Amino acid sequence: MRASLRALAGAVVTVPITLLGLALVTFLIGRVMPIDPVLAILGDRAPEDVVARTRIEMGLDRPLPVQFFRYITQLLHGNLGNSVMTSHPVTEDIAHFFPATIELATAAMLIAMLIGIPLGVFAAVRQGSRLDNVVRVFCLTGQSVPVFVLAMLSLLVFYAKLGWAPGTGRADVVFQDMVPEVTGFLTVDTLLAGDWDSFRDAVAHLAQPAGVLAWFSIAYIARMTRAFMLDALSGEYIITARAKGLSAARIIWRHAFGNIAVRLVTVLALTYAGLLEGAVITETVFSWPGLGQYLTVSLLNADMNAVLGATLVVGLVYVVLNLLADMIYRMLDPRVR
Amino acid sequence: MNALTRDWLLSDSPASRRQAAWGRRYRLWLQFRGHGLAMAGLCVIVFVVFVSALAPLLAMQDPGAQDLAARLAPPSAAHWLGTDELGRDLYSRLVYGGRITLGMVLAVVVLVAPFGLAVGCVAGYAGGVADKVLMRVTDIFLAFPRLVLALAFVAAMKPGVESAVFAIALTAWPPYARLARAETLTFRNTDFVAAVRLTGASASRIVLRHIAPLCVSSMIVRVTLDMSSIVLTAAGLGFLGMGAQPPSPEWGAMIASARRFMLDEWWVPAIPGLAIFVVSLAFNLLGDGLRDVLDPKQS
Amino acid sequence: MLVEIRNLSIRFPTPRGETEAVRGVSLSLGQEKLGIVGESGSGKSLTARSILKLLPSNARISAERLAFDGTDVLSASEADMRAIRGRRAGLILQDPKYALNPVMTAGSQIAEAWRAHRPAGARAGRKEAAEAAVDLLAQVQIRDPGRVAGAYPHELSGGMGQRVMIAMMLAPSPDLLIADEPTSALDATVQAEILRLIEDLVSRRGMGLILISHDLPLVSHVCDRVAVMYAGQVVEELPARDLRHARHGYTRGLLECLPSLIHPQQRLKVLNRDPAWLDPTGVPR
Repeated sequence: MRASLRALAGAVVTVPITLLGLALVTFLIGRVMPIDPVLAILGDRAPEDVVARTRIEMGLDRPLPVQFFRYITQLLHGNLGNSVMTSHPVTEDIAHFFPATIELATAAMLIAMLIGIPLGVFAAVRQGSRLDNVVRVFCLTGQSVPVFVLAMLSLLVFYAKLGWAPGTGRADVVFQDMVPEVTGFLTVDTLLAGDWDSFRDAVAHLAQPAGVLAWFSIAYIARMTRAFMLDALSGEYIITARAKGLSAARIIWRHAFGNIAVRLVTVLALTYAGLLEGAVITETVFSWPGLGQYLTVSLLNADMNAVLGATLVVGLVYVVLNLLADMIYRMLDPRVR
Repeated sequence: MNALTRDWLLSDSPASRRQAAWGRRYRLWLQFRGHGLAMAGLCVIVFVVFVSALAPLLAMQDPGAQDLAARLAPPSAAHWLGTDELGRDLYSRLVYGGRITLGMVLAVVVLVAPFGLAVGCVAGYAGGVADKVLMRVTDIFLAFPRLVLALAFVAAMKPGVESAVFAIALTAWPPYARLARAETLTFRNTDFVAAVRLTGASASRIVLRHIAPLCVSSMIVRVTLDMSSIVLTAAGLGFLGMGAQPPSPEWGAMIASARRFMLDEWWVPAIPGLAIFVVSLAFNLLGDGLRDVLDPKQS
Repeated sequence: MLVEIRNLSIRFPTPRGETEAVRGVSLSLGQEKLGIVGESGSGKSLTARSILKLLPSNARISAERLAFDGTDVLSASEADMRAIRGRRAGLILQDPKYALNPVMTAGSQIAEAWRAHRPAGARAGRKEAAEAAVDLLAQVQIRDPGRVAGAYPHELSGGMGQRVMIAMMLAPSPDLLIADEPTSALDATVQAEILRLIEDLVSRRGMGLILISHDLPLVSHVCDRVAVMYAGQVVEELPARDLRHARHGYTRGLLECLPSLIHPQQRLKVLNRDPAWLDPTGVPR
């Protein structure tokens, strides 16, 4: 246990430094890079007195380190500034839009795991067979497709031509705002409210973007699982397990897969982080009202506070996920303990 | 290749360093040639480079020339791949767009690989405080979400190819530093480095002339595989309007502007999409093949 | 007859055609201890593993007869082999560091072997298996079996790891034990202990033993008969006590190369390989 406590202590030191670095980068992007930071935040149509007031508020006349210190203090108080677009505090906007992204990313993650892991395992077990070759080709092509092209193709085929999937957005117009928002996850909220029609509609709308978003991750997870399994299956302990007369299923899952499970957890954590990023583009194509769309719309409107706020939040989640992956690895692998 | 040159290259007892080096390269090439898919990837890349370099000669028309009467025309003899929503020839735009994509990828790699190599080698060889500080900085940048940070970066600067390249490069360099550092650590304690040190070589000479060249082969593998994802990220930025600006025929931007025609004139967004896919796949195949030949243990 | 091998041949495909790793090997074994001695690449491991059909997937086996206790191994299916492996014959590998599953405790691996082959109808619960594991660890002379049962393989020394392997393979009470270089990865002092343990357990349980090694004197002390393999063939087979009277050039060469404290020599003898040994005659010179 001592090793994992030490790892925890290491993380306690590392994570704040990383977050500080992230804040520094966003600070530089927001204050230092633009020619006029105030205009960058307020837009060029703000009235003169507002501009002047903001300039004093932001303390732009102070030296940079002081500005940075004030920036950090504001961040720690949860103040990310106000959005020019919505006139709300950025934190409020993000809290409103983030759950949709989490819902999308989590659904994609589940799909990616449920398909990717078995594919990888069976491709490794039947190495050289047709299944293995198909999986390898799939992994290669899956990681080369741009997600927005896939999204558009999917809409063309499954929505326009075949009519199997509903269109863009989170729910049909008919079902919008039908249930109270409890968790922010439409699928969960409709379940909690007992509204089966809304639930079915929410799931139907979630399926396509989640599937498209998962595509890249299925390929990645399958490839990593296959590589790990090939490595595990070449171990001497597999010969021992066979010599014990154990069934093939037990050897594959309890022995080989059991050995790679820890490494796979790291891969999964990184995959989830990548899904949050991929959601940015996917949400744009499917008009999914999540953080990604918030980010891109803010970009188009040059709403600096919103852009930087969203960047910080995504960065924070990223860092935490990386940390979790590392900690889980240390906790689960008996060799590291 | 005639028999004499081949024998010279494959000789078991090379007479000079040059002969040994070329012999080694030739053997690697022979090994690489056996990989069907990797060769396919290489051919595609060479083809795309060729087409991009000769774009002015190969494009039939001016990529910016609009012909509103012939908007969204299907492929025909006049326009090999049809026209887009402003009547511009898609084939010419595609060819010129390849230039932009390859140029961006090349620019990122040229910025990122030497920088990462330098940071990693210095950190790995120097050790101690320098190592810790450099690795801390690397970890910080590694923890940043690539696309999102690139978007924020581009938002502050003027959207365009230069900003996009810079933005991607900003988060693309950490893996190279990590890789270079890992390789440097394995080489630092070898006997031949100790021997060179004993002859009085300075630390910078050791790193520059002896260790860095050894890291190059695994860097090449990593770079090639990374190029595939850089192509995708650059296209993604273009799609979101943060990369090359109109009327520039960047593939991602072309897809974005043709998005609403997906249902009926599907070839207008589909063809640049296919181009992105093919180039990205080619880099992946090439990288896989290179890895099998140059650095088999890096799986 | 526990094991019957007649004219066994194992071939592997290579870029330059097929190579024969084992050619025309014939051995038989009853309830006795047979040692197979040879250098690396002589085919001794392959021969022994072929009894359990645990060869690499690209190996091609052919033989006039390859049988375990009457069952034809050549034509047996995977399911048939699974009934033999573990239950009727066990296999001990060289290095417990690699041969034991790193993420399972020693006790759970032994318990798994114990539970896999319980006779139908017998109780095979987790608790019973765990207790049986601790009991088996005591049988292989581990002083603190409870602690070792909860330990992971990387926490055990080489000797203890091998004891765990032995316990694991003896759990289903097999009739035959194949030990593939069981002591090659161990210190010299521990080697003797482990060998004594194997010999003791095999004798007490009335099992057959195939002991594979590159160490001729080691094998001759433990086994009743010794088969010497070279380049995929059995070049000589004789009772252990008659080893001094070996006639084949290779065996004699091995014996003469052994340094002796009783008869010190000025220059150590080196083995001179006679190309004639590679001929597939199978007849000692």
